[in-house]
Amino acid sequence: MSSNSSSNDQDPTGLLNASIRDLKTRLDRGDHSPMSLSAFFAERIERLDPALNSFISTQIPEIEQTELKGDLAGIPFAHKDIFCVQQGRTTCGSKMLADWHAPYSATVHEKLAAQGAVLLGKTNMDEFAMGSSNENSYFGAVSNPWDVNRVPGGSSGGSAAAVAARLVPFATGSDTGGSIRQPAAFCGVTGIKPTYGRVSRYGMIAYASSFDQAGVIAKTAEDCAVVLNQISGVDRRDSTSSPEPVVDFTADLEKPLSGLKIGVPKQWFSEALDNRVAEQVEAAIAELECAGGTRVEIDLPDADIALSAYYLLAPAEASSNLSRFDGVRFGYRCDNPQDITDLFERSRSEGFGPEVQRRILAGTYALSAGYYDAFYLRAQKARRLIAGHFEQALSQCDVIAGPVTPTVAFKKGEHSADPAQMYLQDLFTIPVNLAGLPGMSVPAGFVDGLPVGLQLIGRHFAEAQILNVAHQYQQRVDFHQRIPPGFGGEGFGGDEHNTGGAA
Amino acid sequence: MALTHKELEKVARLARLGVDAQALVDLAEDVNQILAHVDRLNDQRIDACQPMSHPLDQSQYLRPDEVTESNQRESLMAGAPAQDQGLFLVPKVIE
Repeated sequence: MSSNSSSNDQDPTGLLNASIRDLKTRLDRGDHSPMSLSAFFAERIERLDPALNSFISTQIPEIEQTELKGDLAGIPFAHKDIFCVQQGRTTCGSKMLADWHAPYSATVHEKLAAQGAVLLGKTNMDEFAMGSSNENSYFGAVSNPWDVNRVPGGSSGGSAAAVAARLVPFATGSDTGGSIRQPAAFCGVTGIKPTYGRVSRYGMIAYASSFDQAGVIAKTAEDCAVVLNQISGVDRRDSTSSPEPVVDFTADLEKPLSGLKIGVPKQWFSEALDNRVAEQVEAAIAELECAGGTRVEIDLPDADIALSAYYLLAPAEASSNLSRFDGVRFGYRCDNPQDITDLFERSRSEGFGPEVQRRILAGTYALSAGYYDAFYLRAQKARRLIAGHFEQALSQCDVIAGPVTPTVAFKKGEHSADPAQMYLQDLFTIPVNLAGLPGMSVPAGFVDGLPVGLQLIGRHFAEAQILNVAHQYQQRVDFHQRIPPGFGGEGFGGDEHNTGGAA
Repeated sequence: MALTHKELEKVARLARLGVDAQALVDLAEDVNQILAHVDRLNDQRIDACQPMSHPLDQSQYLRPDEVTESNQRESLMAGAPAQDQGLFLVPKVIE
């Protein structure tokens, strides 16, 4: 593949495309102080984010030199606003929590803070992580840095847009049905959803608890591995977190791919997949073959069944999880409630947006007396069928490679009138959540100037392996180094206004 | 499988969502689209599967019964919309 990166012109300080390890070296060497590095990115957020709306809140970090110890000491980052952090607001993209201050911090936050990472703000998201376009946020839609008239994907759209625009070196995300991988694909950044249970969900506001998994969005697989090393591991405050020992996810990055069997699901390259996206994904797989991998055709049928199972199971779990919002203990309360029922009903209908109400209603019905077996139980059986397909496929190959999304980023408003069309966005990501497997999105080319993602799926707890494959791929291509026009750096205090369209 | 407006009204009541008549019309269509997914699960292969509630079939482990958290009533109540002297305030429940 040809290399026509203009990253040097776009990144004169070298900070925008610097890896986390590189930033760490620069800090250790004294090229920058932690304060000046944070100020560099905070200034970019202030100057460039108005065109994107990728942040819900920003924080001015209080850095005392003596406090900064650890593997991420001085590295700025952002949290998806689904992670509870004691300082500042935690909104989950909802009016319900618009002014809520969490009384405790998520385990993911505590672990990152303990390693010295510096929180610069909380990123925008679809309300309660329900959405694939980031248009469902109470705090407004997020723009894709590659074309501000298009969506960044969702629900971790703010995190993906912020990393793509180089507003932060990395951000956290959560993935229930594709919410890390799909926005990472749309924004041309690298995202990993680890195995279910790999990272603690404590303090990560729940959507569908048997699917929710925290993960990382960064520029490269290496950066994802560096951060994942810090946030993984069992947590006694989350009984679904896995006791599986945590390996060093960076240890295998340099391993050659010779002998690697790459499974390519033939059913995913069907009419549902845009031709030009398919071409880019095929080219990426060919590149993996050049790197020593062997292509194996595999079967992953029934993506439609997976989608249907998910859209019954996830709303059912959501309806239960979101019953805690009652206008009494925390969050939004309606004005002048007439009685207790009025208090509950109006606080919830005024506090939740339409997509959340839709899913609560569908989920409540699916779980209601007389329908449980027909809906929830049946969908759980379908889940087993899909998990079985993956087990079979992964017995024939080491990793699965395919598309992340059927198309590149779509225009704002394009699917918002039709939830069913929107749900189809998740056709290739949802099955992975049903099976609880680790999955990644890796930048793999462009169609009409818009990024395409390559999805890599591994066996349970084989994050190190998909990170290795992604890293080896990123040694051969430069898609992950491309910076959206208008978001390059002219150094400290530079002037950039061309954001590629009207904001 | 389609919900009537009357049924949806009942579901809204169960979910404690105060949905007005107009919103109900719009929501009914969307909710029915979600519920239509169940029709796509009419596949005999599914009948033979055991329900899967945890993607790794991991059972929830128990932790030792130890006191680990101190009383944080004040900070936990700080986010309440209305409170007084450690009590959550709500409209009168019993007339």
